[in-house]
Amino acid sequence: MRVSLFITCLCDTLTPDVGKDTVQLLERFGCEVDFPQGQTCCGQPAYNSGYVKESKQAMKQMIRAFEDSEYVVGPSGSCVHMLKEYPKVLHDEPEWKERAEALVHKTYELSQFLVDVLDVKDVGSTFQGKATYHPSCHMTRLLGVKDAPRILLENVKGLEIIDLPLKEDCCGFGGTFAVKNAAVSEQMVHEKAEHISETKAEYLIGGDMGCLMNMGGRLRRNDEDVKVLHIAQVLNSQ
Amino acid sequence: MSIKIGKKTYAERIQAGIDNAFMRQAVSSAQGRFRSGRLKAAEDLGDWEEWRTRGEEIRSHTMENLDYYLHQLSEQVEKRGGTVYFAKTAEEANQYVQKIAREKEAKKVVKSKSMVTEEIGLNEALEESGCEVVESDLGEWILQLDEDPPSHIVTPALHKNKEQIRETFAEKKGYTGSDQPEALAAFAREQLRQDFLSADIGVTGCNFAVAESGAVTLVTNEGNARMVTSLPDTHISVMGMERIVPTWEELEVVVSLLTRAAVGQKLTSYITALTGTRLESEVDGPEDFHLVIVDNGRSKILGTEFQSALHCIRCAACINACPVYRHVGGHSYGSIYPGPIGAVLTPLLDGYEDHKDLPYASTLCAACTEACPVKIPLHEHLIRHREIIVERENMGSKAEGVMMKGYAKWASTSAAYKLSTKMAHTALKPWTEDDYISNGPGPLKGWTDSRDFPAPARQSFRSWYKQREKRRNDG
Repeated sequence: MRVSLFITCLCDTLTPDVGKDTVQLLERFGCEVDFPQGQTCCGQPAYNSGYVKESKQAMKQMIRAFEDSEYVVGPSGSCVHMLKEYPKVLHDEPEWKERAEALVHKTYELSQFLVDVLDVKDVGSTFQGKATYHPSCHMTRLLGVKDAPRILLENVKGLEIIDLPLKEDCCGFGGTFAVKNAAVSEQMVHEKAEHISETKAEYLIGGDMGCLMNMGGRLRRNDEDVKVLHIAQVLNSQ
Repeated sequence: MSIKIGKKTYAERIQAGIDNAFMRQAVSSAQGRFRSGRLKAAEDLGDWEEWRTRGEEIRSHTMENLDYYLHQLSEQVEKRGGTVYFAKTAEEANQYVQKIAREKEAKKVVKSKSMVTEEIGLNEALEESGCEVVESDLGEWILQLDEDPPSHIVTPALHKNKEQIRETFAEKKGYTGSDQPEALAAFAREQLRQDFLSADIGVTGCNFAVAESGAVTLVTNEGNARMVTSLPDTHISVMGMERIVPTWEELEVVVSLLTRAAVGQKLTSYITALTGTRLESEVDGPEDFHLVIVDNGRSKILGTEFQSALHCIRCAACINACPVYRHVGGHSYGSIYPGPIGAVLTPLLDGYEDHKDLPYASTLCAACTEACPVKIPLHEHLIRHREIIVERENMGSKAEGVMMKGYAKWASTSAAYKLSTKMAHTALKPWTEDDYISNGPGPLKGWTDSRDFPAPARQSFRSWYKQREKRRNDG
């Protein structure tokens, strides 16, 4: 099975290790992973800020980059959801809309791909420690991936998952919201960081780098000793 | 009052909200109660998603055929002795009610809770024409005494606690009792009873009008609406033109959705349906009934991509689920309609000029869309508003516009993108310490004021991947 990695611009630049773990994880399950070098950013920063014209340029670049892919898998619920929105955004350009639909049909978020396509529930990884999991908003509410991360994490040997209070609440990231509405974002991430601390977990696990970067940045600022991990890093841990 | 409240800027309102520790505590605990109540009430039904779908179908069908149902409603109301007035604007609606008050030589008007009368500023209009106006919903009464706008569409005085209410009662009404809720409610009841008995006109809103029978239904927990509609000789009901259902069958569905989604109740204490004026054989009810149907910008929404905003049944589930609302409170929105539905509806009814910040007061987490009992895609409407603000209204900031043009070039040219992933680490090095940035430059500052930012990696993923490929091919 040929899988093209959709790395996301955040992982590409800030946390390449997440990408490396994703590649290794997929290869462990027999996927032949490639990385189309034409890929850039999914367009979400512009789209969600109202710059739809600008976002379309990014979207078209992504459609071109993954045109020959069999499957497209990304380690982010939010960015994968953005890809799924392409046909709607490009509705008035029939040719692009059709190409966007082809991309939608072959694109998956990492945990979704493992559980729904590869039919894996136990990746056979071992990770010692107590962790709490933040189900990010776009992954759960918009992409509809609610169970896959939980199923995979429950089967990691040595890992104890502690329930995060008010886990469904947004961490306050919201892309440009974190900067535009910095004061509100600060209150939201502060509350989230407090809930994380309450669990006394050693690790915070999530499936979206944007949210993790936000929560991790606040935890670090608060001098909290909680390590932040992307789910790919935990699932690829031996 | 009108839709817009206060004169402060968005940033000032937000900061005032954040600094109000008491209000935030009250809002946060109320949100917790409402949310768990809603989830439990939804679970009790067993098939909540099917109910939501039915609710969406009913609202959508009604909006598609709004002209037909409004016509039917007005025929039915008139058949039963009522008078219907279609008001294009807030002014027209107010003038009509003022005219009736003059004709009746009314001195006192008693009201039950109504958001649309807040929207059109009816109280002020009536006061200007010499009427005393008394709100009889407990929350609204407290706010009226305090001259404070509502901060929530279902529980308008959510931001106040019992000590503050006791102070208000003491200062404005000479109350000397304790701050026990029972004592405060008993005092309010005793005071309001006099107003019910002496009022010349009762004004209510309308949760839903039933087109097939010309009935106005009111959903309350305090019973005050029954006093307002049965004691004064004249009853005026003011409704937004979208607050209508075809028949009793649809009413049952939307009222169930409303009470469960709003406060987690199966039904409220009182659901009142009023049909026509007092008949000769009847002992109570008004001699004269007027239904004022208010457009005030709603018909402009019909037929647009925002039409589903008119599906709203004013349950506030989106407000109760919103994490932004929790931290800033209702007054921060600068509109009598706060929270996600307020951020969608306010610019549609009152224009972008005063409300262009509202669509950005959301992380687009979609908790609102998920909570909505009639499936309004609230977060998508917010994105569409942002597009209009930027592309049609030209109200985006210049700096952001330039940045986004740069973004488009960057994200549509893989060479430029690649180069930036290569340069990012070096470019941000001067601000980096222990692989983190704590005091970032430019737009990063907004981020690093409250949290650290991870420094770009020394080697990007794509460069690592390329090396790996090369090694594999060479090997």
